[in-house]
Amino acid sequence: MKFIDEYRDEVATGTFIRAIHALVTRPWTIMEICGGQTNTLMKFGIDRLLPDAVTMVHGPGCPVCVTPLELIDRAVAIARRPGVLFTSFGDMLRVPGSESDLLTVKARGGDVRICYSPLDAVKLARIHPESEVVFFAVGFETTAPANAMAVWQAARLGLGNFSILTSHVLVPPAIEAILTSPDNRVQGFVAPGHVCAVMGFREYEPIALRHGVPMVVTGFEPLDLLQGIYMTLLALEGGRFGVENQYARAVTRDGNMAARDLVERVFEVCDRPWRGIGMIPGSGYRLRPEFAAFDAEKRFEVADVTACESSLCIAGDIMKGRKKPRQCPAFGSLCTPERPIGAPMVSSEGACAAYYHYARTG
Amino acid sequence: MTQGKVSFGGITKDVCLAYVPGVVVGDYVVVHVGFAISRIDENEAAEVFRLLEEMNETAELKIPQPS
Repeated sequence: MKFIDEYRDEVATGTFIRAIHALVTRPWTIMEICGGQTNTLMKFGIDRLLPDAVTMVHGPGCPVCVTPLELIDRAVAIARRPGVLFTSFGDMLRVPGSESDLLTVKARGGDVRICYSPLDAVKLARIHPESEVVFFAVGFETTAPANAMAVWQAARLGLGNFSILTSHVLVPPAIEAILTSPDNRVQGFVAPGHVCAVMGFREYEPIALRHGVPMVVTGFEPLDLLQGIYMTLLALEGGRFGVENQYARAVTRDGNMAARDLVERVFEVCDRPWRGIGMIPGSGYRLRPEFAAFDAEKRFEVADVTACESSLCIAGDIMKGRKKPRQCPAFGSLCTPERPIGAPMVSSEGACAAYYHYARTG
Repeated sequence: MTQGKVSFGGITKDVCLAYVPGVVVGDYVVVHVGFAISRIDENEAAEVFRLLEEMNETAELKIPQPS
């Protein structure tokens, strides 16, 4: 496929690998933010081709991983109700809540369905006026335009039986939280290309300047990742910081204005708790008051659901770059993709699942 | 809300094109959860291969030539 195959070319990737080896003179720790990038690193063995001096740590950019446990429990509580048709992206179904998950609700007779797009959920609400259709609207800035459009369309169509259970999160406040953490070890960032395709990268510039770190907006194919890592290392070795754009074929400094405009109309910034990390100020989106009718948390009274996290899971330390999945005592034994204890073992974007699938032991 | 068909290496899906105004048949787009979020800039896409050529040329110059 054009724009895919050539970015997996062995000769081209080899040039960057050799250049990286020739460049590095001392140890560096770089974080890739996005779980899709973690997956590429593991799937193509890029982590094994880098010099030993370069440590890649895996950031919190996995929506499945950071959606608060309370919200999973609320999703389960709503999905169990008679008359509710609960819809979600597929990888949220197996995320463990305090005592159950959505797949178990479905197995016990709940109407839980997988949607590829939030617009599929709007369509279901149109053809099932007898049901309350709820969409589990999780994700980063990349997914916000789709969820905003679903709400916008539902409002336009006057759908009284559609709502979203929302837990949107934003990348820049999370980077800020990682960099201000007293035991931070991340020196440079491979920034998330698809988040920036929507939002642009102006927001990242003051953060990079304030903390004196390089950030390279990077794509998702092996050649993208290697070039992004190469550019980050060039900046680190040269003592430079600031934001650069490796993924210019899809990302501009201002992002996608049409998408940002609708996101802005439907959502407003709020504080959000991140699973494994905790509360990060200004790190999420919630529906604006004028769209409150589409807020599932208001429609179904689920605020009293209390959550109880497993004491074994070290997801927070992994997503902050402090630990690797293999340092978790439950990794691969008590916690596997088939029976996950922690959220990063569930999704293909989760660092633990990627380590497990691609047999990383380090 | 503009919809279009996008081929993913042969598999065709209906995709919302509301966020890529001006997109035309034959363009390449980045699709996320059924929405095109960016149009691929072909000129920028070729940039890395121009850089790789330069890097390879520089690397060749560095190889000691037999005298």
